[in-house]
Amino acid sequence: MSPNAINWSLALPEIALAVSGLVILVVGVLQRRGEGFFPCAMLTIASFIGCGFLVALSGNGEAYAGTFVNDSFARFMKLLALSGGLLATVVTVGYQAEEQGTQKPLPFETPILMLFSTVGAMIMASSGNLMTMFVGLELSSLSIYILCALERDKVTSSEAGLKYFVLGSLASGLLLYGMSLVYGYAGTMDYTGLVNVIGGDDIVPLGLIVGVVFVVVGLCFKLSAVPFHMWTPDVYQGAPTPVTAYMAGAPKFAAFALFLRVMTGPFGTIAPKWQILIETVALLSMVYGAFAAIPQTDIKRLMAYSSIGHMGYAMMGLAAGSDAGVQATLIYLAAYLVMNAGVFAVIATMRRKGHEVTTLADLAGLSRREPGLAAALAIFMFSMVGAPPLAGFFGKFMVFAAAWQAGLYVLVAVGAVSSIVGAYYYLRVVKIIYFDAPAEGFDRPAPSLLFVSGSMGVATLLFILGLGPLMTMAHHAAQALVG
Amino acid sequence: MTPAIAPIGLMPYLVVSAALLVLGVFGIFLNRKNVIIILMSMELILLAANLNFVAFSSAHADLSGQVMVLFVLTIAAAEAAIGLAIVTVYFRNRGSIQVEDATMMKG
Repeated sequence: MSPNAINWSLALPEIALAVSGLVILVVGVLQRRGEGFFPCAMLTIASFIGCGFLVALSGNGEAYAGTFVNDSFARFMKLLALSGGLLATVVTVGYQAEEQGTQKPLPFETPILMLFSTVGAMIMASSGNLMTMFVGLELSSLSIYILCALERDKVTSSEAGLKYFVLGSLASGLLLYGMSLVYGYAGTMDYTGLVNVIGGDDIVPLGLIVGVVFVVVGLCFKLSAVPFHMWTPDVYQGAPTPVTAYMAGAPKFAAFALFLRVMTGPFGTIAPKWQILIETVALLSMVYGAFAAIPQTDIKRLMAYSSIGHMGYAMMGLAAGSDAGVQATLIYLAAYLVMNAGVFAVIATMRRKGHEVTTLADLAGLSRREPGLAAALAIFMFSMVGAPPLAGFFGKFMVFAAAWQAGLYVLVAVGAVSSIVGAYYYLRVVKIIYFDAPAEGFDRPAPSLLFVSGSMGVATLLFILGLGPLMTMAHHAAQALVG
Repeated sequence: MTPAIAPIGLMPYLVVSAALLVLGVFGIFLNRKNVIIILMSMELILLAANLNFVAFSSAHADLSGQVMVLFVLTIAAAEAAIGLAIVTVYFRNRGSIQVEDATMMKG
């Protein structure tokens, strides 16, 4: 195969998803006012599933003159991002069904924007060049800026959109500046070219190091890792609940995909120079996520701090810098996907007389009103703590093991301590739903929300059954990346 | 190095672009007044990166930097459009676009 081959069939999943997004947009416009949401959401779900099959069947190789790479790592990340998008869309359908009574339901563009954001995430996972990476990142981010501000009559939603937009574009700007320095000092934007340039020299130019630091900062912003987390709590709280569910999933996987691909690939040979940076960020995120969540009273805000902490744990695998570390991070992200989608499905059911409520006190006595939902939420909380044999345990265990093997003992110790501190606020939620005096009941939950929370609850509980195949997939993915 | 950049050298371009970057970042963080100023500062940061890309592209005699600039310009336009739309929605709800007023959520 010539190096400049277009070979577009490798990008078929992305092309198909983007085209179906455009078609769904037309379908939505043709419906009568206010009736477009349901058909659009169903078509979006169908395209996610169809695209999942296309991804699973896609082959290995390089396309578009090396700017687009497809390998088992890209496939793994794309499947994660697609599942995240799919689950968030199902949550959106349920949220919308509950929203029908209120004046302003979500517009029909909501699932379509999620679809486009997922296309961006997939392109990021497949990037073979800094250009592809930037375009994918922006496609993903720009859609999310709009999604955050989508509840146009709520001041909190538009404030969330504004904050995310300002800080997100600042992050993209810094990332871009970093990329320009990398390009300038390496002379190429291709990952393969970068490997050759950086690997060949013993002395790395200072400008290149500065560029790499800028790129790391930009990606940490997107991952909401400390010290670049300040947007997270406000945006999670203000954005519409299904959007928060989406934001906590697919874009995080995509940012991790980039992180793993860029850091282990082109910048892999200068690992000792950036490893300390990743270790610090991981350490700070774990500690901050654990302590800052303690005084929170709003469950969406609590989940924001929780996600900061989880990103710290997942980064431990990257800090290890080995293929076992990459594999551990992938397993961690898969477990995080499952429990996170479940938690947000439960949060989306929290509604009284059509109005959304989000404080922890509103959950009081949920076990007596909705025993099934309460059990599911308790499972997710225990899983987030890392209690065996739930999903979260395996993720945490593997990243700890990988970090231990790499000799990062301080990181493991801090991680263990912050897990225990984190257990306090997760278990406080369990205490509130099981032992506090019941608060007023919620409205009847929509069936699709029950479906997501129930199925994710089962998946969290029986994660161990799927662990074998998942490990094999993650192993192949890590092999493709680290080699 | 291409003839276009040879007489001046790379350094002046890098200095100007670094200055633009610093101006942009400070414009975002020190500005307590207007959200529109933040949008302008963001544009400055993107232009700083663009200047770098063009200068390096000329210095390396490699076209990919200039291709990148075309992508960045397109994305910057989309970003500005989305940013202004969000600011408009925010103004309709809040009645102000002062940065200090964006404090509905705290904790």
